[in-house]
Amino acid sequence: MIRVLLIDDEPLARLIIREYLDSFAQVEILQECNDGFEGVKAIQQHQPDLIFLDIQMPKINGFEMLELIDQPPAVIFTTAFDEFAIRAFETHAVDYLLKPFSKERFSKALQKWIDQSGGGTRQAATSEILEEAALSPLQRERVVIRNAGKIKIIPIQEIRWIEAADDYVKLHTRDGAFLKNKTMGYFEKSLPADQFVRVHRSNMVQVKEITRLEPYEKETWLAILRSGEKVPVSKTGYAKLKVVLGL
Amino acid sequence: MVGSLRYYFPEKNRYYYLLGWSILLAVVWAVYLKWALLKTMDNMPGYGDFVLRSITIRFCIGLLVTGSVALASLLYYILQDQKDLQKRNSESDKMTRDAELFKLRQQLQPHFLFNSLNSINALIGSRPEQARHMVQQLSDFLRTVLKREENQWVSLGEELQSLQLYLDIEKVRFGHRLDASITCEESTPQMKIPAMILQPLVENAIKFGLYDTTEAIQIPIQAYTEKSLLVVKVQNPYDPSTHVPKTGTGFGLSSVRRRLYLLFARNDLLETSTDQQIFTASVKIPQPS
Repeated sequence: MIRVLLIDDEPLARLIIREYLDSFAQVEILQECNDGFEGVKAIQQHQPDLIFLDIQMPKINGFEMLELIDQPPAVIFTTAFDEFAIRAFETHAVDYLLKPFSKERFSKALQKWIDQSGGGTRQAATSEILEEAALSPLQRERVVIRNAGKIKIIPIQEIRWIEAADDYVKLHTRDGAFLKNKTMGYFEKSLPADQFVRVHRSNMVQVKEITRLEPYEKETWLAILRSGEKVPVSKTGYAKLKVVLGL
Repeated sequence: MVGSLRYYFPEKNRYYYLLGWSILLAVVWAVYLKWALLKTMDNMPGYGDFVLRSITIRFCIGLLVTGSVALASLLYYILQDQKDLQKRNSESDKMTRDAELFKLRQQLQPHFLFNSLNSINALIGSRPEQARHMVQQLSDFLRTVLKREENQWVSLGEELQSLQLYLDIEKVRFGHRLDASITCEESTPQMKIPAMILQPLVENAIKFGLYDTTEAIQIPIQAYTEKSLLVVKVQNPYDPSTHVPKTGTGFGLSSVRRRLYLLFARNDLLETSTDQQIFTASVKIPQPS
C-alpha cells in the first residue's frame, strides 16, 4: 500500500488528483490538507510514503512547510506558475507537475516514483531544492520555525542576531530566541548581505541593530545592540562590518 | 573643431562655419608664405614681384587642402553620429519590446490563468455544467482584459462587471474561503474611471487576504462619491504579526499610483491604511468635466 497526502489550498486541485489516483488501487489517500500548517501536522501524524505538494499556499509555502519537517517524505511538487520553483526543479532533476496536468503525465510521475520506490536519491534532491528555495525572493524576507508545536513566521527585520548552537542556529528576536535546524552558512547565503553580517564564526548580526562597537579582548570586539545584548565580533568580522558600515 | 561644432551649431550653419575656418586658414597660409619667401629669397631681382602676383594661386591651393580635410572629418563625424543613433534606436526598441512583453505577461496573470484551467479540468469530471460556465467566465474576462487599453476611460459599471467575473472565477478556485462583495451608491455606475485601474487593487487584496491568512476571508469593494470625486475602496484582512506591511510599495499598488500620477499629476489619489487586521486601499478618481 502506498500512503499519500494531498496538500493544496484549492479544493478543486485536490479533487483532480483524487480522481487521477482512482485507477491506482495500491494508493491510499490518508488526508487532504488545505495549507502548510495542516500539512505539517498530518505528515507527523501519518508518516506518509509520498505527498503531492502545491508551492503557493497561504501563510507558508510548500518549501517552507518541508523545512519544518525533520524527515520529509518523498514529494511530487505541483505548481501552476512559479518561474523560480520550476528552475529549481529542473536544476535538481526533481519531478514536478505543471497545472493543469493530464492523467498520462500524472500517471507517469507516480509510476516513476513507484519504480524507484522513493530511494535515498530523492531525499537528497529534496534537501537541495530547499537550500535553493531559500534564495527565492519571498523566502528571503522571512524565516519559518517550529516552536513548542506551533509554527511561527519571523520577518527577517525582526531578527536581531543569530547564534550558532550545535546542529541548530538560534534566532534572537524581540519575542525571544528560536531554534532553526539550519547552518550559519545557510543564513549567510540566504539573508541579504547588506543587512546581516557574519561578524564571528558563530554569530551573525543585523547591522541596523548595532549601536556601537567596543574593544573586548585582544583583536576582538563586542557589538552592543539597541536591545542591550552584546555580540562577540572577531577580527575578520570587524573588517566586514567596517565595509558594510562604510567606515 | 568639427567634433565640438556638432553641438553648438544647427545643421546648416556648420557648413558656413567650416568654410569660414578654411578661408581664414588659407589666408594665414598665403600671408605666411609670402613673408617666408620674401625673407629667404630677398636678394633675387624680380622675385618679390612674382611672389605678389602668384599669391592668389597659393591661397587657392591652401583653401583646397584645408577645405578637403575639413570635409573629410565632417563626413567621418556624420557617419559616427549615425552609427550611435542606430545603436540607441535598437536599444530603445528592445526596451520597449521588453516592457510590452512584461505588461502582457502581467495582464494575462499566468498564475491565475493556469490555476483556473486546473480548476476547470477538475470540474469537467464531476460537474461538467459548472466547468462550462467557468470556461465562459474565463473567456469573457480575458476578452475584456485584452480589449482594454491603458488610456481608455470606461464607466464604473463596466469596470465592476469585469471585476465581478474575476471574483466569480476566484470564488470557484478557493471555494468557501473567499467571500467578495461589490456595493456601490446609486449614482456611481455611470461615473467614469480609467480602464483596469481597479484590477490591481483587487488582485492585491485577494493575494494578501488569501495567502496571508488561512481562514475564510471577506473582501468588500465599495464605490461612493466624495466631494465630486469617485471613490472606490477595497479591503482585505492580513496578519500584522507575520506580515511586515509595505504600505503601497507592492508592485500592483505602485503601478496604480504611477498611472494616477500620469493621468492627473497628483500623488494623493491612492490611499492605503492598516487598521489592526484590515488593510484598506482606496482610490479617488476626479471626474472629467
